[in-house]
Amino acid sequence: MVVFEKPKALTDVPFHYCPGCTHGIVHRLVAEVIDELGIEGKTIGIAPVGCSVMAYDYFTCDMIEAAHGRAPAVATGVKRADPENHIVFTYQGDGDLASIGMAETVHAAARNENITIIFINNAIYGMTGGQMAPTSLPGQVTQTSPYGRNTDLCGWPIKVCELLSELDGPEYLERVTVNSVAHVRQAKRAIKKAFQNQIDNKGFSLIEVLSSCPTNWGMTPEKALKWIDDAMIPYYPLGVYKDRSAQKKEA
Amino acid sequence: MGKVTFDVDNCKGCGLCVLACPKKILQISQDVINKKGHHPAEITDESACIGCASCATMCPDCIITVERE
Repeated sequence: MVVFEKPKALTDVPFHYCPGCTHGIVHRLVAEVIDELGIEGKTIGIAPVGCSVMAYDYFTCDMIEAAHGRAPAVATGVKRADPENHIVFTYQGDGDLASIGMAETVHAAARNENITIIFINNAIYGMTGGQMAPTSLPGQVTQTSPYGRNTDLCGWPIKVCELLSELDGPEYLERVTVNSVAHVRQAKRAIKKAFQNQIDNKGFSLIEVLSSCPTNWGMTPEKALKWIDDAMIPYYPLGVYKDRSAQKKEA
Repeated sequence: MGKVTFDVDNCKGCGLCVLACPKKILQISQDVINKKGHHPAEITDESACIGCASCATMCPDCIITVERE
């Protein structure tokens, strides 16, 4: 009996990601959720600009490539054009969503747009070679902050889940990571809930996934996973930041 | 009893499966080189596999298939 195989919602194209990059794990989780909910035929994914720019090669559902940071705006259009028959998700990195696409992200959340966003936070610009991102940690060494991120000069990291949780709009915000088997299972539950919210017409769901970038962090894949535990989770605590339906039930 | 199969040519040798295995029966091969030029993961003791799929859960490239009897 097969207990684990490549999900049907992924194509046979091998991922182009660096060895040990957790993008592949998150791609697989999204594909597994699409399989389990049986929504492959009506799902439309929006790919970002960044390392996951070629996500359209990997998913068997329809995909659209958005301009840098504009994935939530494109998703809004696709969803509003045919809200009954389509499930729309975007897959974005931190340079895409938290930097150039911050306006689109915040406004999509504020409108409680009925879309699902998978946000990969690896604290660095991956595709362009490891420059400082809005999410880089204080003191983090990157190509453009060789002495560590100086918060007096470059400001402080943006905590996307905390920021959006102050809005009244969004339905569901959760931060997860994929650096261990237990965390991967937790991440899958979160992603499934985000898709289910959209099917139930509840509105905007964003899942932030703390991810590793061994190449640009200059670490082995093993050390990179440990760095998520040691440095990222203390600064970006995991957990549910907003769950409006649950809050309504309690009230 | 479990059985794991690797799509050896697509393995990038990152070793995340080796870290995840609770039975410590996976390793990165020292003498095999695959098509991509990486040392792929391999299993050292097939009889000890419990089919928990922890390796496949952590594999970023979806190259592991796990079966259980």
